Amino acid sequence: MNKPNEVVLTKKDFESDQDVRWCPGCGDYAVLAQVQKILPTLGVPRENFAFISGIGCSSRFPYYMETYGMHSIHGRAPAIATGLKLSRPELSVWVVTGDGDALAIGGNHFIHAMRRNIGLKIILLNNRIYGLTKGQYSPTSELGKKTKTTPLGSIDRPFSPVALALGAGATFVARALDTDLKHMGMVMERAAAHKGTAFIEILQNCIVFNDDAHKALSDKATRPDAAIYLENGKPLIYGKDKNKGIRLAGWEPELVGIGQNGVSEKDLVVHDESAANGGLAFFLSQLEQPDFPVPLGVFRDIEAPVYEEMNQELHANARAVRGKGDLSKLLNSGSTWTI
Amino acid sequence: MTTMQASGVPAKGTAASASGPARPVEELDNVVIRFVGDSGDGMQLTGTEFSKVVGEAGHDFTTHPDYPSEIRAPVGTLFGVSGYQIQYSSKQVFTSGDSPDVLVAMNPAALKTNLPDVKKGGIIIANSGAFTEGNLDKAGYKSNPLDDGSLDGYQLFKIDIAEFTANALRDSPLSKKDVGRCKNYFALGVMLCLYSRPFDKEVADIRKKFAKKPDLAEANVAALTAGYAYAEASEMFPITYQMRPSLPTPGKYRSITGNSAAALGLVAASELSGVPLFIGSYPITPATDILQDLSALKHHNVTTFQAEDEIAGICSTIGAAYGGSLGVTTTSGPGMALKTEALGLATILEIPLVIINVQRGGPSTGLPTKIEQSDLLQAVYGRNGECPIPVIASYSPSDCFDCAIEAFRIAVKYMTPVILLTDGGIGNATEPWLIPDVKDLPKVDVKFRTDPNGFQPYARDENLARAWVRPGTPGMEHRIGGLEKDFLTGAISHNALNHQRMCEVRAAKVAGIAKDIPPCKIDGPTSGDLLVVGWGSTFGAITQAREKAAAAGKSVAHVHLRNINPLPSDLGDILKRYKKVLVPEMNLGQLSRLLREQFLVDTITLSKVQGKPFMVSEIYDRIIELC
Repeated sequence: MNKPNEVVLTKKDFESDQDVRWCPGCGDYAVLAQVQKILPTLGVPRENFAFISGIGCSSRFPYYMETYGMHSIHGRAPAIATGLKLSRPELSVWVVTGDGDALAIGGNHFIHAMRRNIGLKIILLNNRIYGLTKGQYSPTSELGKKTKTTPLGSIDRPFSPVALALGAGATFVARALDTDLKHMGMVMERAAAHKGTAFIEILQNCIVFNDDAHKALSDKATRPDAAIYLENGKPLIYGKDKNKGIRLAGWEPELVGIGQNGVSEKDLVVHDESAANGGLAFFLSQLEQPDFPVPLGVFRDIEAPVYEEMNQELHANARAVRGKGDLSKLLNSGSTWTI
Repeated sequence: MTTMQASGVPAKGTAASASGPARPVEELDNVVIRFVGDSGDGMQLTGTEFSKVVGEAGHDFTTHPDYPSEIRAPVGTLFGVSGYQIQYSSKQVFTSGDSPDVLVAMNPAALKTNLPDVKKGGIIIANSGAFTEGNLDKAGYKSNPLDDGSLDGYQLFKIDIAEFTANALRDSPLSKKDVGRCKNYFALGVMLCLYSRPFDKEVADIRKKFAKKPDLAEANVAALTAGYAYAEASEMFPITYQMRPSLPTPGKYRSITGNSAAALGLVAASELSGVPLFIGSYPITPATDILQDLSALKHHNVTTFQAEDEIAGICSTIGAAYGGSLGVTTTSGPGMALKTEALGLATILEIPLVIINVQRGGPSTGLPTKIEQSDLLQAVYGRNGECPIPVIASYSPSDCFDCAIEAFRIAVKYMTPVILLTDGGIGNATEPWLIPDVKDLPKVDVKFRTDPNGFQPYARDENLARAWVRPGTPGMEHRIGGLEKDFLTGAISHNALNHQRMCEVRAAKVAGIAKDIPPCKIDGPTSGDLLVVGWGSTFGAITQAREKAAAAGKSVAHVHLRNINPLPSDLGDILKRYKKVLVPEMNLGQLSRLLREQFLVDTITLSKVQGKPFMVSEIYDRIIELC
């Protein structure tokens, strides 16, 4: 938190002078506002934030932040951010990306960032469409989706960004919804507090090219039955009347009514974010509409060795064992002879 | 005693059949030796060790390792042959030599593939035990060349190296397989004796090198000793050779490859500037050594990052450079192609970065372990948009040290990515390096801007460079990116005239580096019949060919370019002072194109794309044809 003699930052301090150029009604606005709201509360000096993005609608994000920032090239933001964080561990480095940027052209960098557990905060705005190129299917578009490049319906099976992140070994994985600001804010705070790679998928609406892609969730009337809010240590309960739950039938999820057929809360799966085994988190990542409610919140939050810290240790150990490097000694090392 | 001039081959019969220490010793000026065997025979090590020994004896030398892209090709096959050639001399040495005076062949395949290069009448030392029916068959020999008289034109020495090594190591605790691996030290021992080199220092070096495996160390020492003793005691060699030291500049030397020199140069640039070094790279032949060398230097504040791919290699480096590190990424041709888009980003961001391309044969995967200079146009032009990048090229292994520092000097002064071209020949070849005194190294000045007063991200200094601002600097938060930006504020700008202005200013910035590079050094007359223009690793062959032609009375000069983009500003004038311009290149004429384009001069290309360096004679012959 802020020390007494430090300037207290506000949301305004994080708003740049650039006009925001997303389409009116775009879900990205809400994400930008939440990020600008959360950052002043983190106790980090503004100059220590860096926002790195790739290409796509979401990747315009850094221009609107009054922080250090780089709008780079398609898919490569995690790689650039990795170099920055590794060389400057004291900085708070955020990556803003989209479903095409992170999962298609940048898929390799995405999984390796997860695997390394480097201290990046990665926000993926998933609108399940290519917006900036005006409406082609993305790696998260559903089977059968008709777009400009799939006029007969898509035959590509979609990625689950959460499942992919988990499979790549991510230590913090969460999902939020662009229209549920309070919950999104909570998830962002949790991500900011995590050590290592923190990944947030935000289900975001593209009003122009894929409107209502997440309608069942964003519509307040249907959300209680379409979404299930994950709470650590609590059973998986959802529904308007909080009377529905999920239990295990073998390895399969089963939707049950609490109080029906002798089912009680005790029979339900209890969420455990920090379970050493990633099985539960992966199980949750497979719950999708329309058959199941979509989990929102923190899937997984575990402690693991942090990449940039291990690198600093390697450096410290090398100096401890060999002493601070001396250039002259280095040049004169190896097998030498004098003439 | 006969003194041979510039040849390692004595005429047959110069020595009477002598024995033991009384054998005659012949004085040589120059010798070219090639060690060849299976990839697993350890010929690279034998060659490296031999070059170290001759360097310590005060000889100048140059080596050329030539190895297949298979790690362990099937034993005895023609395509599995690995070679290491060294030329050392009592004078200055510029190349690894055109054709070997001595061939050490560990098996029939090695003999078969290398015999055509050996000087007529040269020495062949053959590991006779490996000339079995099976191996002869694999090499395509119908009969054993060691016995059928087909080598009558050479001085053939048959030694069953494996058998002798096994005998010498009868009491070693090593397994039979490991004992077999020691035979390269037996071969080294033979060569040390034949060329009158002391072997005590080598014994000490072996014990140091294998300090953690004492059994192996002692086995290698025993093999070396046995080889030396055998050559000394047997009456096999009628004569041994010695050579005066080449007496180069007095000082402290070490043997160095281009890749190691580049790694040291990068560390030097970091220490000279006080800015930490970051390398983000993906392993690729023949550039990997640079990443490996730097990985062991963390106590020099070097951060090494083995990225998930070539793109992440350069992108992580861009991130680190943005954060205020000296960023370098290393690669070879195909990796360079993958880095192309990010090079454009670094150019428009205007941040300092060094990209080292250790060139190999292309296109595509091409000839991964072979030498070529065919990425020149890729380096100068190979990007989308108007995307000027300075390009410099090393001409020798030790020059990689200086070039690495120079690349960073340009990168930070002009806030630009800089491409440094070397090649697999320079990268892997060794030569003696006069170790510089740190206080004599050039300055690399870095100033990070920290004053927010009047700060504009794309305001420029007298060199057209913008300021380098580290994230974390209060009051200077700003955004940069790959979209065209306003010439002053750096905000996105699609303004038509602004784009023209930015393209022109980026070009002018790089062109302006010409005023910051030394004038061309002309080797030979300042005007005349023929100018040979070269770049990169052809330096040695061109130098020797020109000297030979000059000695034959030809009016021929040589300019070797280190700066290729921009070219030195006096080059245009120099080109016009000669009747003809010859450009030898290990490509189909890429520098020729650049010279024609920029100076409207005709050039004559001498092209070689065979995965092998130029021979002196190839360039000499062309010079003679032209003047």
